Amino acid sequence: MKLVLALIALAALAFMPSFAGPYPLGLMIGILGYGVLATAWAMFSGPTRYISLATVAFFGLGAYTVAVLSETLPYPVVLLVAALIGLVVALIVGLATLRLAGIYFVIFTFGLTELVRQLVTYYEVNVTRTLGRYVFLPLGPEHIYWQLLALLAATLAIAFWVRQSRIGLALRVIGDDPVVASHLGIRITRTKLTLFSISCVIMTLAGAIQAPRWTYIEPSIVFNPTTSFLVVIMALLGGPNRLFGPLLGAIPLFLLFEWLSANFPNHYSIILGLLFIAIVFVLPNGVLAAGESLWARMTRKEARA
Amino acid sequence: MTTISRRTVLQGMGVSALATALSGLPVLAQDRTAIRIGYAISKTGPNAAGAGISTTPNYLLWVDDVNKTGGITLSKLGVTLPLEVTEYDDRSTAEETVRAVERLATQDNVDLILPTWGTGANLASGPTFDRFGYPQLAGTAVTDMAPDLAKRWKHSFWMLGGGHDYAEALVALLVKQRDAGTINNKVAIASVADGFGIDLSKAATPAFTEAGFELVYDKTYPLGTSDFAPIINEVSGLGVDTFVAFSYPPDTFALTQQSVVANFSPKVFYLGVGTAFPIYPGIAGPNHNGVMGVGGIDPDSEALAAYFERHTALNGQAPDSWASAITYASLEILQQAIERVGDIDREAISAEISSGEFDTIIGKVKLVDNQLRSLWTVGQWQDGKFVGLAHTERDGSREPVVPKPAWVPAA
Repeated sequence: MKLVLALIALAALAFMPSFAGPYPLGLMIGILGYGVLATAWAMFSGPTRYISLATVAFFGLGAYTVAVLSETLPYPVVLLVAALIGLVVALIVGLATLRLAGIYFVIFTFGLTELVRQLVTYYEVNVTRTLGRYVFLPLGPEHIYWQLLALLAATLAIAFWVRQSRIGLALRVIGDDPVVASHLGIRITRTKLTLFSISCVIMTLAGAIQAPRWTYIEPSIVFNPTTSFLVVIMALLGGPNRLFGPLLGAIPLFLLFEWLSANFPNHYSIILGLLFIAIVFVLPNGVLAAGESLWARMTRKEARA
Repeated sequence: MTTISRRTVLQGMGVSALATALSGLPVLAQDRTAIRIGYAISKTGPNAAGAGISTTPNYLLWVDDVNKTGGITLSKLGVTLPLEVTEYDDRSTAEETVRAVERLATQDNVDLILPTWGTGANLASGPTFDRFGYPQLAGTAVTDMAPDLAKRWKHSFWMLGGGHDYAEALVALLVKQRDAGTINNKVAIASVADGFGIDLSKAATPAFTEAGFELVYDKTYPLGTSDFAPIINEVSGLGVDTFVAFSYPPDTFALTQQSVVANFSPKVFYLGVGTAFPIYPGIAGPNHNGVMGVGGIDPDSEALAAYFERHTALNGQAPDSWASAITYASLEILQQAIERVGDIDREAISAEISSGEFDTIIGKVKLVDNQLRSLWTVGQWQDGKFVGLAHTERDGSREPVVPKPAWVPAA
């Protein structure tokens, strides 16, 4: 039943470009882009509580892969290569760092973005001597929309599967207490590495799909650390431990950003900062969790009355 | 302390939602009260500094200038209408620029859209301008792709040339000096490892080599470098008469100061973005005299002098001597094209910009294949003005002062 509903929703969304104007379509692309990133982020960071700020490192790698290869390889192959690059980098990074915990991991992932950006810059400056690449692909906004929609559906399906499977349970145990997990015989590093890699490959693809929208790619455009922070705050608002939580955080926040930047172009950053503080203070577990606890309190009252 | 009730907030949101909905209604010709101009510009983020020097002040000045004279005359409608502005912050991100242009074109239904600042942002928004048929006069994009882009997007106009223009003009100028015996054959180049530095050094390195110069130093430094002592110390021992840095504003200033401190005073001292900024003489003190850089203006033009005065009076700062005047001239071109067409017919306006000749603060301008080719490419500080020395296709330029005066040691 749920599957049928999901498929109907997906089909309805797939027809959106045929009747929506270019501006709503642009909004939907933004929402889907952040929805994918937030869901992929929460897939790993939700249960393990490892706050990763490396989202944009993978996102940018994907975009760069498209920029470099779009003229030499057919587009589907480019996407495949992007996914592979994301996987390889995720494995290397994961093996090196997933033994880190807490604040060290946060700092490392933030540094990783800068490292990847500097490596790309170094390579472009010293080897290819081109900084700033052009992406001219015959892909309009509707094509980008459909690809992102498909990626979001796949991401949600994977997230759903992970939650049902042994690996998802293992990951939750690790998040709750790594010592207990290792005594239970869970292979901590391998489990974390698997999920981290899946999550990173999705982020890489999200970047690759959106690259044609910008025409011009340079490191400062695609490795913008703000993206990483926005993804974290979206996932936290919705609730990183629920399937639709990150998506439900991404939609209102993205629309709010849009509304703020349309109506308060001069105070955007200040309002945004206050909002982030408010989210962390008022809704530490996300809207969904807050809604549920509110619901629980109300029903309890009713039961008592 | 004031408290905001939920009702107030809801009312506010309701009113603004209504306003947004109403502003989306199509404007009929007869009840047109203004020509609606929209732009998204970087007010925050890394592009804000550049946009705040070359682009935003010129938009403000143009709107002020036009509205002071009563507006733009639309002869076919028989009215003269003032300009009305809708502005957004693109927060220095490409995605935001694209969406802001979409919003301006389809939600706000503005009559014309002014471009954002910078090469990347102008390229990113190119397809969107093209899709909705808005003319795009990119006054701050430096790209060697300009000829291809103009073909690809018929409504796009590229006003600031490409890396090759600047690099080759510099080399041509130095060849003359070398052949006259004023400078030796050795050149040192330091470039910032970012878009501008790489584009120019990629064009300059082969041009210097082909011209028979000996490149004794040709290296990049990372974006954000603050200590230039190692570079200057190394270069000062190489016996070069020509030092070239394809640099960004903070580096441009730091390189000047470091060279003064190290008393490295080559005969030709050339720097990148920032040399043409009005604050450069303030930073370099007496040593700004004779420094060369990218850009330049015609020091004898009365129209430009008047523009500098108006710009300073309105914005409290002088314009820079590279992209500012070009940006303002592109707005004059737009305005004259609208007046000749006599209506907000964007196709006709684009056609007129492409084929017409215009009278601007940088002189008579006629675009070649949708590009402005009569650019100042190398400038030099002479008597308090950053005068144009070399040009791609311009008449009249000053002779360079080589060697430049020796540094006055820092007090």
